[in-house]
Amino acid sequence: MSLAIGPGQRLEDSVSDGSSHPDSSLAGDLRRATGLNVAACYQCGKCSAGCPMAAEMPLKPHQMLRLAQLDLRDELLSDPSPWLCLTCETCTARCPNEVDPARLIDGLREIVFKSGSAVAPLRLRAFHKAFLRQIRRHGRVFEVGLIVDYKRRTGALFDDVLSAPAVFRRGKLALSPSNIEGRDEVRRIFEACGQAAARKEVHS
Amino acid sequence: MKLGYFPGCSLHSTAKEFDLSLKAVAGPLDVELEEIHDWSCCGSSSAHATDHLLSIALAARNLSLAEQQGLSQVMAPCAACFSRLATARHEMAHDEEQAELVRPMLARPFKNAVEVQNVVALLQGLAGRIKAKATPLTGLKVACYYGCLLVRPPEVAQFDDPEDPTSMEQVVAATGATAVRWSRRLDCCGAGFSLSRVGSVVRLGRAILEDAKASGAQAVVVACPMCHSNLDLRQSAMEARRASLGLPILFLTQLVGLALKLDPASLGLERHFVSAVGVMRALAAPAPQQLPATRG
Repeated sequence: MSLAIGPGQRLEDSVSDGSSHPDSSLAGDLRRATGLNVAACYQCGKCSAGCPMAAEMPLKPHQMLRLAQLDLRDELLSDPSPWLCLTCETCTARCPNEVDPARLIDGLREIVFKSGSAVAPLRLRAFHKAFLRQIRRHGRVFEVGLIVDYKRRTGALFDDVLSAPAVFRRGKLALSPSNIEGRDEVRRIFEACGQAAARKEVHS
Repeated sequence: MKLGYFPGCSLHSTAKEFDLSLKAVAGPLDVELEEIHDWSCCGSSSAHATDHLLSIALAARNLSLAEQQGLSQVMAPCAACFSRLATARHEMAHDEEQAELVRPMLARPFKNAVEVQNVVALLQGLAGRIKAKATPLTGLKVACYYGCLLVRPPEVAQFDDPEDPTSMEQVVAATGATAVRWSRRLDCCGAGFSLSRVGSVVRLGRAILEDAKASGAQAVVVACPMCHSNLDLRQSAMEARRASLGLPILFLTQLVGLALKLDPASLGLERHFVSAVGVMRALAAPAPQQLPATRG
């Protein structure tokens, strides 16, 4: 994709609406994943100014959006920054052009997660996988199972994970999972979403 | 008043006292809570951070169950569950393409007819009743901490002002306690990083609690189990090599329960890491001008 924008051409026009040629740019992938147009960001930086995690991010929110606009896919998707977003929604609430940075960052994570790439920080990726596994298995999250699975995935065996014994003493952890009756129903939702993602992959 | 109740996973485990105190105040406030039968996890951050469609479908399953049960409103006390259910309701109404994908995944008809409410809105609506039944918590200064998802994003939450909300302060006023003015009441506590990135949680939580402390608060009031566990459980780590914070973190329902003179054990007040005993002792001391209680 050319970065130059010709006279009379808006940056927006460089993002296809998907009607004729499927847009293989990162902006196109984001549009398919989120329905949003990353080109609408005019780099005011308000998102980064209010972001509680900006201090820990190599790329601040407005910089992530800029790299997406410039289609610098590898630079952006190999960076841990999208994974450091807490989805506190401050950026989205304050964005003057309704770009919805929080949703776009979710879109970036979704693209990376589905590609199976290992760039997401190990602990954050392990947490998401362990959490979803609990839902798929029991219909609800069983914290002890979550902690054990998370530790297994990260090897963080001796970490003070939620100060477990003290949490336990306060009656804050259940001893066994509560399996819902509709477990199969939940499992089918996971399967249907997996199939929908696979169909999307084929069409793009 | 009958209301659908979506407890969510946290209220059955790490935030058991939120569930206990909510149920304890419901009776005296004439609220009947009907739990959604066979509810499942809302999907939380892990679903929306990795598969948006999944996050909508998991939340929509619960809305469809509520609908089947004949409920017109569902209250989700956990701010994250509230946000996920409200997002599903919003997107099922506004994104037809996605809704067409989700509907066949639900095992029952779905008209998207159930409203989603949070616990602060519920208590705000009951402020008059709380005030009438309360023994005022005179002299108690608390910091109302909203965090993120009760008010953001505004078009999903559709609740209060996203930059300058007042609903929690209104509930606190009804209990007779004083809400202090402070800056960091809408900052993020670190939410879902409580297991996976503790350093960030400690950094963010410390800034929040130091501000609450400097504003003269004796306790912080919250309405989210994740905010609670981050600020309560991780408070000792925030204090390491620094001035002590010693700020009990109370659920808003617990504060209301104290004003209604309910037994502290029935509100789960002993379950916190930072003890609330000091706060309760201050309340027990005879206030200069105690108003007569309208209810024992």
